[in-house]
Amino acid sequence: MNEKPKFDLERLRAILAGKRGREYWRSLEDLAGSPEFEEVLHREFPRQASEWPAEDAAGRRHFLKMMGASLGLAGLAACTRQPTEHIVPYVRQPEGLIPGRPQFYATAHTVGGLATGLLVESHQGRPTKAEGNPEHPASLGACDAFSQASVLQLYDPDRSQALRYNGEIRSWGAFETEIRKAMALQRASGGAGLRILTGAVTSPTLGDQMQQLLSELPRAKWHRWEPAGDHAARAGAMLAFGQPLNVYYDLRNADVVVALDSDLLASGPASLRYARQFAERRRTVSGQPGMNRLYVLEPMPTPTGATADHRLPARAADIEPFTVHLAAAVGVQIGNAGTVEHPEWQKWLPALADDLRAHRGRSLVVAGDQQPPAVHALAHAINQALGNVGSTVFYSDPVEVDPVDHLASIKELAADLDTGSVKLLLILGCNPVYTAPADLNLRERIQRAQFRVHLGLYDDETAEVCQWQLPESHYLEAWGDARAFDGTASIIQPLILPLYRSRSIYEVVGLLEATPRLEGRDIVRSYWNRQRPGADFERFWRRAVHDGVVPGTALPTRTAEVRYGWSGTPPERGGFEIIFRPDPAVHDGSFANLGWLQELPKPVTKLTWDNAAVMSPATANVLRVENGRMVELDHRGRKVRAPVFIQPGHADGCVTVHLGYGRKRGGRVAAGAGFDAYALRTSGALWNDFGLNVRDTGGSYELATTQGQHVLDARRTIIRHADINSYLADPESAIQDTAPPRELFMYPEVKYEGYAWGMAIDMSVCTGCSACVVACQAENNIPVVGKDQTARGRAMHWIRIDTYYQGSLANPELFHQPMLCQHCETAPCELVCPVAATAHSSEGLNDMVYNRCVGTRYCSNNCPYKVRRFNFLQYSDQTTPSLKLLRNPDVTVRTRGVMEKCTYCVQRIQQAKIQAEKENRKVRDGDIQTACQAACPTEAIVFGDINDPNSRVARLKNEQRNYGVLADLNTRPRTTYLATLKNPNPAIEAT
Amino acid sequence: MAEEKQVMDVHKGPSPVISPGYTFGTITDQISSVVLTRQTPVFWLAIFSVAVTLLLVFLGAITLLLARGVGIWGIQMPVAWGFAITNFVWWIGIGHAGTLISAILLLLNQTWRNSINRFAEAMTLFAVACAGLFPLLHMGRPWLFYWMLPYPNTMGLMPQFRSPLVWDVFAVTTYALVSLVFWYLGLLPDLATLRDRTKNRFGRAVYGVMAMGWRGASRHWNIYETASLLLAGLATPLVLSVHTVVSFDFTIAIVPGWHSTFFPPYFVAGAIYSGFAMVLVLAIPLRRVYGLEGLITQRHLDNAAKIMLATGLIVAYAYIMETFMAWYSGSTYEMSIMWQRMTGPYAGAYWALILCNVVLLQSLWFKKVRSNTLLLFLVSLVVLIGMWLERFVIIVSSLAQDFLQSSWRTFSPTLWDWATYFGTIGLFLFLFFLFIRLLPMISIFEVRMLVPEARVEEEASK
Amino acid sequence: MAQIFHHSTNTIARITVIVPLIVLVFLGWIFFELDRSVYATRASDVREQPVPFSHAHHVGGLGVDCLYCHTTVETSPFAGIPPTKTCMNCHQQIWATSPQLEPVRESFRTGRSIEWTRVHDLPDFVYFDHSIHVNKGVGCETCHGRVDQMPLTWQHASLQMSWCLECHRQPEKYVRPREHIYTMGYEPPEDQLELGRRLVAEYQIRDARALTNCSTCHR
Repeated sequence: MNEKPKFDLERLRAILAGKRGREYWRSLEDLAGSPEFEEVLHREFPRQASEWPAEDAAGRRHFLKMMGASLGLAGLAACTRQPTEHIVPYVRQPEGLIPGRPQFYATAHTVGGLATGLLVESHQGRPTKAEGNPEHPASLGACDAFSQASVLQLYDPDRSQALRYNGEIRSWGAFETEIRKAMALQRASGGAGLRILTGAVTSPTLGDQMQQLLSELPRAKWHRWEPAGDHAARAGAMLAFGQPLNVYYDLRNADVVVALDSDLLASGPASLRYARQFAERRRTVSGQPGMNRLYVLEPMPTPTGATADHRLPARAADIEPFTVHLAAAVGVQIGNAGTVEHPEWQKWLPALADDLRAHRGRSLVVAGDQQPPAVHALAHAINQALGNVGSTVFYSDPVEVDPVDHLASIKELAADLDTGSVKLLLILGCNPVYTAPADLNLRERIQRAQFRVHLGLYDDETAEVCQWQLPESHYLEAWGDARAFDGTASIIQPLILPLYRSRSIYEVVGLLEATPRLEGRDIVRSYWNRQRPGADFERFWRRAVHDGVVPGTALPTRTAEVRYGWSGTPPERGGFEIIFRPDPAVHDGSFANLGWLQELPKPVTKLTWDNAAVMSPATANVLRVENGRMVELDHRGRKVRAPVFIQPGHADGCVTVHLGYGRKRGGRVAAGAGFDAYALRTSGALWNDFGLNVRDTGGSYELATTQGQHVLDARRTIIRHADINSYLADPESAIQDTAPPRELFMYPEVKYEGYAWGMAIDMSVCTGCSACVVACQAENNIPVVGKDQTARGRAMHWIRIDTYYQGSLANPELFHQPMLCQHCETAPCELVCPVAATAHSSEGLNDMVYNRCVGTRYCSNNCPYKVRRFNFLQYSDQTTPSLKLLRNPDVTVRTRGVMEKCTYCVQRIQQAKIQAEKENRKVRDGDIQTACQAACPTEAIVFGDINDPNSRVARLKNEQRNYGVLADLNTRPRTTYLATLKNPNPAIEAT
Repeated sequence: MAEEKQVMDVHKGPSPVISPGYTFGTITDQISSVVLTRQTPVFWLAIFSVAVTLLLVFLGAITLLLARGVGIWGIQMPVAWGFAITNFVWWIGIGHAGTLISAILLLLNQTWRNSINRFAEAMTLFAVACAGLFPLLHMGRPWLFYWMLPYPNTMGLMPQFRSPLVWDVFAVTTYALVSLVFWYLGLLPDLATLRDRTKNRFGRAVYGVMAMGWRGASRHWNIYETASLLLAGLATPLVLSVHTVVSFDFTIAIVPGWHSTFFPPYFVAGAIYSGFAMVLVLAIPLRRVYGLEGLITQRHLDNAAKIMLATGLIVAYAYIMETFMAWYSGSTYEMSIMWQRMTGPYAGAYWALILCNVVLLQSLWFKKVRSNTLLLFLVSLVVLIGMWLERFVIIVSSLAQDFLQSSWRTFSPTLWDWATYFGTIGLFLFLFFLFIRLLPMISIFEVRMLVPEARVEEEASK
Repeated sequence: MAQIFHHSTNTIARITVIVPLIVLVFLGWIFFELDRSVYATRASDVREQPVPFSHAHHVGGLGVDCLYCHTTVETSPFAGIPPTKTCMNCHQQIWATSPQLEPVRESFRTGRSIEWTRVHDLPDFVYFDHSIHVNKGVGCETCHGRVDQMPLTWQHASLQMSWCLECHRQPEKYVRPREHIYTMGYEPPEDQLELGRRLVAEYQIRDARALTNCSTCHR
């Protein structure tokens, strides 16, 4: 993975060597066609960030223009002349549409089959930005990075754009005739040879369609494979209750939360909701007590772990014994738990058990989706023993349609493929060749089916081994429905007609039915019509579509008794432990081609464009490797080469690898990013296993991180923190204010009449999940610069999450700090700009005028927060047509040589102000939500008018723990932070 | 000859500026012959070809720069200023010696300047030319440079006069203009001489036009004297002001390691320091090759060396104060920057510059070293390198590790950074060697004033 | 020795000193004027349109209200170009067969839009909002001129930043009573400044400082 590109470059150089002048150019152009050239090109400079234009014709024209310009003609007559443009009005204007004003439509985005409700912004029919849907239980108004980036996925130029048969373009008609023939044969045999493989399905409509089909063809089989699904949780429920139950939590009632290798605040279908609830109990406004307490045991530091009051690194396999001890300690009848050797555990267990017992019914123990069934069963037992069920823990029937054991299901398919009994195989909306356990070797096996069909957004690894590749409609292009974590169903409403000749999974399954149905909308609508027959259906339907949730579809809660007598299977230990995790940025790989997510600095590690073999400093010591060293991971004979990344706080003796990288046919952005961890993942051990050998290959590899790991320098007023008790006892001394007194200021005070925009960020509840980063990127047309540029320190994010460490390398305390333009009242950047391209507004905004900027970069030098971003090259892609549709028309697309930075989403401020002024009123608190604020699941970011004493932001700024970063420089930042408060357990603190 | 000696004895003064034995005629012959000779010395050809090569590299580099953007350099966030500004400050500094010699020493009646002021001024001019390029090239959108000038535009906007960069524009352009005029004025009499001595008509025509009809009439001389005095008066404050303004680029900023009040004197001293180093680097080989030891004598080298020593010591003092102030300020950021400079990623560069600018300089205390042209030449070279490193360390190390640890990142130059830097050295040499081939590198008529005859006449006229 | 130059060279020399200065000043003046010329601003240059639509006829002649076609001017940043439907409302009856209107009928038949040529085109980095101006007493005429006298539409003002600033710096000089927003040929009273100040207060128009914030127009 790391050698190959090098080789390519070598080849190119070889070809170019000895070519001169015109010949050189020509050969460059010839090369431009060749695949490896494309490949290298787009790994180095992904689509959205091509550094190349300088080379092509347009680039040269541009260059000439500039030469002309530099002769002193620019800006004079010749260049200020506007080119002729056209206006294309509607023929019949749609009702309710106001040209120039965006509209919002409710829909839902699914990850792993489970829905998050969205409100998607549409500009004259172009979806441009996703916001959370406040009505939806899984969103509550917040929006995660995946949903944000899903809009980019709609316009991804690498999407599969045409139906192909063995690589040749065909019409849907051609496919329909073929599939009908094939189906006819199957119908004869009752579907003996028909196999359908999908991901996890919660869609009531699709489920209904499938059951229909299976009832018609009793011998056909429907297989499921969700690579990063909650298989273990379901198995755990089977273990504990003898039935597959869906479990979800209510953190509002939880005083004490114990997360056992669970990143419940930042990943999973309900993480947005949990984070919101967690924050509600975390926030201590004007010091009222009642703050919850969070214990986390995990191998790899996650946002949840970073937020915890107590975090203990532990190998994935150590969670189970710990849980056994914990269960015993809180009084669960599970025989003899044995003795505790681990010194830390000896300290923890009693304290933890006491804390839990002290909060019966108001505590919560959560087992991570990647933990084995036994741990889940134990967690159920503990929660029941503590009487948490019904208060913090809830059970319901499974959300998934016809829940099966995915692993068993995919194994069965593999077996059937061997026997050759599979004649017609449809793989719908999933990519098993890439994601299935390596030992099943589906790449070969699938090809044993005669008639292979793949429906997918991309022409991916699975499409490669299928004769038929059907382009799938993006969820913003097609009707559908899906359920959330608690069963609440949402209608998925399209905002735009399919960009290409694509169809949704509903329409494709519709093709298989005895009387083929082609209209996605009819399929979904008719299903719900059958659920809600009667005259008022139309009203019901309109309401459901409009609100984004179907009323009364949440599954009823169930009660269930834990049956004891199971036992976990302790893995045979030996060698290092390998731990597989879905990637925080590209999940299971399905988002691998989205530049926004590839370039998103992953929470905690700040790694971009790659996954790595993450290990603790101690482990790295043992192996004698440093960051970026290439090692060979050898797991029971399966080998991959991976770069080392050393993460303080990671558990010793184990290596965490993230799934979703090393795509072979993932698209041009995904190409060359990271290594394929699936290659090590077998059906025997989906999430963690021992027996890993790590061999130093001596090679090295550049990992692009956006910041180093810095130990917090206490003398700098960057992070302020205290524990809740000392804070409540004496706020002043706990959090000192370092801003110099205003009297010392030499210049006359500037008065801000009218509005004074400001922001307050509560670091106590910021989990560092980074949803805000992507939200900002989507709202402000922020370009993707590619790995090469990111490694050089030229990433363009306007908001970043700074992470600082305190304490031991083995188990440091982590602090997250969202860092964006502070809009200083005495802004250092402003007075050094020679052309006044950045200037202060009368409302205290630090305005940045791109079109005035000449690019001296002096402002950035003089910015103590280093939040300004410079277009060192032409970063924003102005050539790819589909990406033009993505742009937010209210924000200027910046060109090369221009400085940019956070504007507090000034376009939204202006919009709200204009609205208010038209109504001759002031802007109300809450009218304006910045993109980052809107996305934030914990409501850590609050924006508003600090001149209005009743505004939320003003009230927060009155808190004692409110402070300005580097306020000692007298920059008077308008963005201030609320110091991190933690609620540690004295019993553990003591020792 | 005999009386000459007597006069010398009668007139007890410092050892002569130019070695005895020169007459008006011999001086004129020797200097003008450098220009008027048919065959070009190999030395000249060699250096000139190197210069042209580097110049081509430079043109290539800036072509790519304009086509792609400043991203081809190593600059990033937080180090948004790298080589470009370093080179700018370095070149501007070098220029200062010329103006000092031609203007200040003139006002101070330092006759020894007469034989070195011409090429020193030329050096100034070309150094400023090189320097001036960088502020333009380092801009993200250089074709909009004129937005920094106050002119009536349709945007209804003016430059932002609080920004030192705007002051720079005025300071540097003024400096360039005055230097040019001063230099050209000084050339007039000699151009006339060349006009009268060239054999070929073309040469005569060209020098004739450039001489602007100088006939050496006493009226001409009269006007000339007044003009040059006035210009000298005008140029003198510039010597101090220009680099003061340049230093404002840093002192005005709040960046630790930049934000300090003693930068102006510190920079001016450094400028003259590096300037004289460059004078020596140029003078020593030239006098050797063109056999001008008689005109550019040990005394010149000695004086230049002493000035270097003096200014060098000021710079050394500045280094000490810089460190002291960092500690004395009590500011975490200042202290951390100094500490990082000495121990951090740029420690190598820092100690190298201390070695070049402070340690090796001390050798100039010894007459042996000052009188050994080779050693002096080497020391001067070392000083030039040291001064470049100084600017580099000040600019880059301060930016790389300022306030927020999260955004610390070290700078590493790309191929194009180096290409642009060495490119300007090419440009400089190119211009300078054209100059010594086509114009008298030593002011003929001013040196003639140094010949005893001249003085005799003066005394006679008394 | 022989003369190299003829006596006249002195004069030439003097001229060569003077002339460049004059040329320089002249060039400066040329650029200055060119920059403000109608060539650069494209003001008063009549654009070709697929249909020779005459505001003079519709507004001046028939007295059709601005809002009849530019429906969103009070609610949206974009004043709105009428959909073909709007044209057909009348032209199904009147001039229903006029060859000039064929493009309109064709668009209505085929459902393909008419491609009008943009007359008032601001740079993409300028965010102008019609609704707020119209609501705060800036008349159509103030920027668009006597549209009711334009057979084919042209751009009235220079649309240069300095022109925008004239009003943003002292709105009282230009604002008019709301009832006259759509009036063509409105005559400001002698005491415009007097009236202006009153309206500025009444319409709660923000002060010049706020109106000239960069972010008021640039985002």
